[in-house]
Amino acid sequence: MRTLPLSVGFMPLVDAAPLIIAHELGFAEEEGLALNLQSAPSWSTLRDRLVLGQIEAAHMLAPVPVAMALGLGGVPTQLDALCVLSVNGNSIGISNALASELSAKGALPDFMDADATGKALADLGRTLRVGVPFPFSMHAELLHYWLASSGLNAPEALDMRIIPPPLMAQAIADDEIDAFCVGEPWGSITVEQGGGRLLLAGAAIWQFTPEKVLAVRREWAQAEDDLTGRLMRAVWKAGRWLSDPSRRSTASDILAWPEYLDVSAEILERALSGQMLTRPRGQHTTVPRMLEFFEGAATFPWKSQAAWIGTRMATRFGLDRAHSAASAATVFRTDLYRRHLASVGAIMPAASEKREGALQTPTSTAADGGTLTLGPDRFFDGRIFDPALPD
Amino acid sequence: MTAKLTILIVEPDKPRAEAIIDSLAATGDHQIRVLSESTGLARSVAELNPDLVLVDVANPSRDAIDALTLASSPLERPVAMFVDRSDDGLTKAAIEAGVSAYVVDGMHPDRIKPVLDAAIARFHMFARMRNELAATKRALEERKIIDRAKGILMRARNLTEDEAYALIRKTAMSQGKKIADVAQALVTASELLS
Repeated sequence: MRTLPLSVGFMPLVDAAPLIIAHELGFAEEEGLALNLQSAPSWSTLRDRLVLGQIEAAHMLAPVPVAMALGLGGVPTQLDALCVLSVNGNSIGISNALASELSAKGALPDFMDADATGKALADLGRTLRVGVPFPFSMHAELLHYWLASSGLNAPEALDMRIIPPPLMAQAIADDEIDAFCVGEPWGSITVEQGGGRLLLAGAAIWQFTPEKVLAVRREWAQAEDDLTGRLMRAVWKAGRWLSDPSRRSTASDILAWPEYLDVSAEILERALSGQMLTRPRGQHTTVPRMLEFFEGAATFPWKSQAAWIGTRMATRFGLDRAHSAASAATVFRTDLYRRHLASVGAIMPAASEKREGALQTPTSTAADGGTLTLGPDRFFDGRIFDPALPD
Repeated sequence: MTAKLTILIVEPDKPRAEAIIDSLAATGDHQIRVLSESTGLARSVAELNPDLVLVDVANPSRDAIDALTLASSPLERPVAMFVDRSDDGLTKAAIEAGVSAYVVDGMHPDRIKPVLDAAIARFHMFARMRNELAATKRALEERKIIDRAKGILMRARNLTEDEAYALIRKTAMSQGKKIADVAQALVTASELLS
């Protein structure tokens, strides 16, 4: 079969797995696509390549297309999220000095205890220098949400620094930052190199964080409906393949190849299996939904997730909240998801938005094509975000 | 060009940085600074207060510069990625050449264009040099493989060097393959059999 070429950009992170697996295990070819996967050196370069048409689609931080819809960041092209590529996957790490300080106070809580950990940091009573990969990222949103809700005087006491993930381990070892929030494998690499330790799983702040999306130019999705559908199906099938625990070691081996992450498979498997090492020579900590590609309708681009991101950004950047929530929701393309993925058997939620944070436990809901188990999606402070009332 | 522009180049490689300075200096009497460290980038930019920041598209630290487009403090001068609205697509040309440009608020595009044109030309030259280097390296590696394949054939079939080369070339032509690929296959097979 003749395949159609498609250039797709990614950042070398574990959560680029659906694109890499779609290419390497033939899901793209099955959909008649020949993916040309291109590794990018930074999020801004990946965004520019997509905006300028050098690539057709990209692995993207979920807040980037939302920010562009809100007119933030100075790049006027409209990007859309076709589906969510991954849920959760970040961790928060601290310097050895800060770890010793917290430990001396007996304040090094469990890896999943966002409440106690947040209070311990707020109780330090000083400004924290925290590294994140990009200003528009779930890393930044989770940190702001968590620390402000924990009583830290944010944003004044939160000195956020933009540091590329590959330089994060060095930055914390050099005392350039006190803490970071970063995606895998860079948290585990910091542990491996001994420059710091992991403090908290991102999933402990919000149990179902839409982390990366598959982004395209809105006008491209409109002009290339057929290619859009093929790409979405290939990536969805790769996510389904990745959800089988027996495939984790194969997936780690492939991601470890030099053209992808070029990091040892053993380190990559930690995030895929949810067995994290938080400090050198420590015990493994089991993190539920450390990184999810499929289960619980992980790939569905809930409009309420986009609205949450839009509302949070509006608050931080002084924009109108209701208007921002509405603009953000247009970016997550549930319409394309429903139209292109029905044929491969994706179970469709009956609604396109939900009350974020309302599900304490996995909950069965009515859906087109069967029942769908959603959640849990709780925020650590128990708050619920209702997209109908973006407070 | 009368008023001086303050230009900051973010480039860890010294010879490259000097080459960029040379080409920019030809466009006017600018004040040019180079930042080689990626740590504390945002702070340095705030201190140097440049009109224009040039950074390699391949530099991971570009995200830290990009974040300055959100500078919120009244003391900071807002920086924006240079986006031209003209048809010739200067921004696109720059990104394709491998350089991204950030300009401070209120800077007139006419003042930036000659500098950016020079930077683009220079980065194209870098790309060409990189490609040439890669091609030379590849040619050298192919040469080595072909030599090894010739050696194998000379020993196994008692041929002269010219005869061995002719045999590899003939095989490559009849199979529609590259000489280096046939040589590689022979070397690999020989390694497996030995």
